[in-house]
Amino acid sequence: MSVLISLLIGLLFGCGLIVSGMSNPAKVLAFLDLAGEWDPSLALVMAGAIAVGLPAFRVAGRRQTSLRGQPLQMPTARQIDRRLLAGSTLFGVGWGLAGICPGPALVLLGSGAVKGLVFVLAMLAGMAIFTAFERRSQARRAQPEPGR
Amino acid sequence: MITIDWLHFTPASAFAGGLLIGLAVTSLILLEGRIAGISGIVGGLLQPLRQGDVAWRVAFVLGLVAAPLLYRTLLILPPGRIEAGWGTLVFAGLLVGFGSRLGSGCTSGHGVCGLSRLSPRSLVATVVFMTAGFATVFAARHLFA
Repeated sequence: MSVLISLLIGLLFGCGLIVSGMSNPAKVLAFLDLAGEWDPSLALVMAGAIAVGLPAFRVAGRRQTSLRGQPLQMPTARQIDRRLLAGSTLFGVGWGLAGICPGPALVLLGSGAVKGLVFVLAMLAGMAIFTAFERRSQARRAQPEPGR
Repeated sequence: MITIDWLHFTPASAFAGGLLIGLAVTSLILLEGRIAGISGIVGGLLQPLRQGDVAWRVAFVLGLVAAPLLYRTLLILPPGRIEAGWGTLVFAGLLVGFGSRLGSGCTSGHGVCGLSRLSPRSLVATVVFMTAGFATVFAARHLFA
């Protein structure tokens, strides 16, 4: 059941990206180009999404489980640290270079764009590099260097 | 001074699409108890896999990939124009993948879900990646163009 629901929600999310214009990298770049001919449309995408999300998360915040009885997996991290700042900066630079973030990348892949496929492969590689990097630093933390 | 490109300004479809995204985010948290952060959902597949944690992620990703196919059968798919060259595209993809995982989220996880949760951490992340995006486009289009 979860699988079917997740599939349908993914479809809905993707359709939202298409309708909104988020899956058009040229439009994203026009939004990010404050000094050029600025297209503010995408600010309204966020406004629309948050208008619906805000009450939803208010409800979720008061519950222990989802409506279907699944555990509510809310993020617990609170700290504003270097990882958050550095990661968000790198992500923002990549977003500004191509006008593509992860959701639209997957939609572009599905629309059959070869450049969409290339972007998704590079993005997956970036994520895999992060995982490898993470595993190494965890192993280092778990096993202090000999002699210490 | 900011000049607005009124010709390409599409407030109604942008807002309507935003509502659909909000509805998807709402459904995932209220039905499945999960945050609809795309980088987290995809990135979770590249980590040591836990049982029962794979199928829903794959299904969600397939839904996103299939969205344009479904859309195309009912309506005309709006164009998605990728202006970046191949080298830029690969570099940008690496940064987006690595950065969104290091920063624990992207436009959906921090920008939509995090702001909807009124999370200060996500607000900071969103301000930082938006600023980095604005600065990058400014540099690419107006400083080094």
